Amino acid sequence: MAALRVWQRNATVYKRTWKLNILPNFFEPFLYLLGMGLGLGAYITEMEGLPYINFIAPGLLISSIMWGATLETTYNVFVKMNFDRIYDGILSTPVNPKDLALGELFWGATRGTIYGGAFLSILFVFGMGLHWGILLIFPLIFIIGFMFATIGLLFTSMIKEIELFNYFFTLFLTPLFLFSGIFFPMSQLPQAVQIIAWFTPLYHGVELSRGIFNQVWSLELLEHLGWIIAVTLLNTIVVLRAIHKRLYN
Amino acid sequence: MEKPAAIITAKNLTKEYGTLKAVNDVNFKIQPGTCYGFLGPNGAGKTTVMRMIYCVTPLTSGILTVNSENVMENMSAVKRGIGVVTQDDSLDYDLNVINNLLVYARYYDLTREQAVRRANELIEFFQLEEKRDKNVRTLSGGMKRRLQIARALINKPSILILDEPSTGLDPQARHHVWAKCHELIEQGVTLLLTTHYMDEAEQLCDRIAVMDQGKIIKEASPWDLIKSEVSPYVVEIRGEEQARQKILSAVSDQIDFHEELSDRLLLYTPDATPLHAHIQDMNIPVKTLLSRRSSLEDVFLKLTGRELID
Repeated sequence: MAALRVWQRNATVYKRTWKLNILPNFFEPFLYLLGMGLGLGAYITEMEGLPYINFIAPGLLISSIMWGATLETTYNVFVKMNFDRIYDGILSTPVNPKDLALGELFWGATRGTIYGGAFLSILFVFGMGLHWGILLIFPLIFIIGFMFATIGLLFTSMIKEIELFNYFFTLFLTPLFLFSGIFFPMSQLPQAVQIIAWFTPLYHGVELSRGIFNQVWSLELLEHLGWIIAVTLLNTIVVLRAIHKRLYN
Repeated sequence: MEKPAAIITAKNLTKEYGTLKAVNDVNFKIQPGTCYGFLGPNGAGKTTVMRMIYCVTPLTSGILTVNSENVMENMSAVKRGIGVVTQDDSLDYDLNVINNLLVYARYYDLTREQAVRRANELIEFFQLEEKRDKNVRTLSGGMKRRLQIARALINKPSILILDEPSTGLDPQARHHVWAKCHELIEQGVTLLLTTHYMDEAEQLCDRIAVMDQGKIIKEASPWDLIKSEVSPYVVEIRGEEQARQKILSAVSDQIDFHEELSDRLLLYTPDATPLHAHIQDMNIPVKTLLSRRSSLEDVFLKLTGRELID
């Protein structure tokens, strides 16, 4: 319940600015699909039996959730925690540090869902994913958002300087973006890279999303889903403890 | 007459950060409906005591009970009965004035109607009507402090904690805050404050604990502190070292005790008038000679030392 209060606080703030905030979320997929799908797609006509634009779109959708959720639980949380002292105010009410962290995770997942939802709507406009199986993408968007919210918050709980987020984005998220099978199949990469990829979060989301979009139903999809759920749960426990330790001392 | 049960009780309260003992084996009891002040220089441990009371800092050892609840066991219940005004303003700058109150009310699970009613009462009580829909950034320092106090009162707490409530405020704003504090005490709220302004402590507090280096070194009512630690009056003399010495040796039998500072001589006495006259009659040239009532400031400086602490 207390976590919901924190989520509501963020929603109240967002309600004031969402109209300004949300527009870029619609432009981003447009630009990607035009630039990469149509531009690059003129040279690469087919990838694994799919038109190139259809190959990259499901993965790009998942990466947009990643950016949205992590931005929220990195920079925004850091500023609320360390600069604006908003958490000092919240924690002197019945809301405790773990409630606060859980509320921020749900809010990060919500922001990720907003990013993903905007992206998805543009894909529909482009005529992609117009089948009943696509309904599965909706819960997936939220779960992926939650997973990346926990990853961002875990990093935030460990650092004291805001500049360190550059490392997180450049050395962690950007490689994920490039090497998780969004732009080319993982089978093209050396075996060692494929093994590393299995241990990273974006890869599993991309594979799941592509399976759903192209209605390739295989047991592997359950493996990916299992990975995502397990990591999300584990990470949630770890990050709640980390934030508790950081804010109750 | 039997004393009512204490609303806050601390027993052997201790907080360590590594090897530093921020709060060192402190004991106190606070009666409901009174104003209790923690006085001390920076780093004395006042804020840490407050933070332990409102459950944002765990105890290293000891027992702390607030409203009959152990602060280490039932944090949310303890915090439900306390309003907190932190030293640094912790208002929500992403929200306007009214939403600062309404969003805060949600943290206490107030219903929408309760929240709106209470927020409007508080906006009126703290004279913030004109700023109701304005961003918090547009508020003056005094208004921000009032809004913070208003926000702390949203759940009608039985205890209000004020960590240096008037630091950084101009005299008008300070007096306004004090007037509101008096009204709250009359309404039965228990006030807990830290300050290093002696006039603030004298104005508001029924009892004072003087803290230094993590310990409570004295605890009494302001008047008793002055009576027991210093004499009722002080004669202050500024002037040449030689002149000060001459005066001191001449009047040493008429004073309770004296203090020598780098530029001043303080003579503590039960009655200033005859001493003052006597010194004037001596015709020793000094820069200034003045008599005044001794204040809590004298007590404070006597107890915690006159050197700069940092």
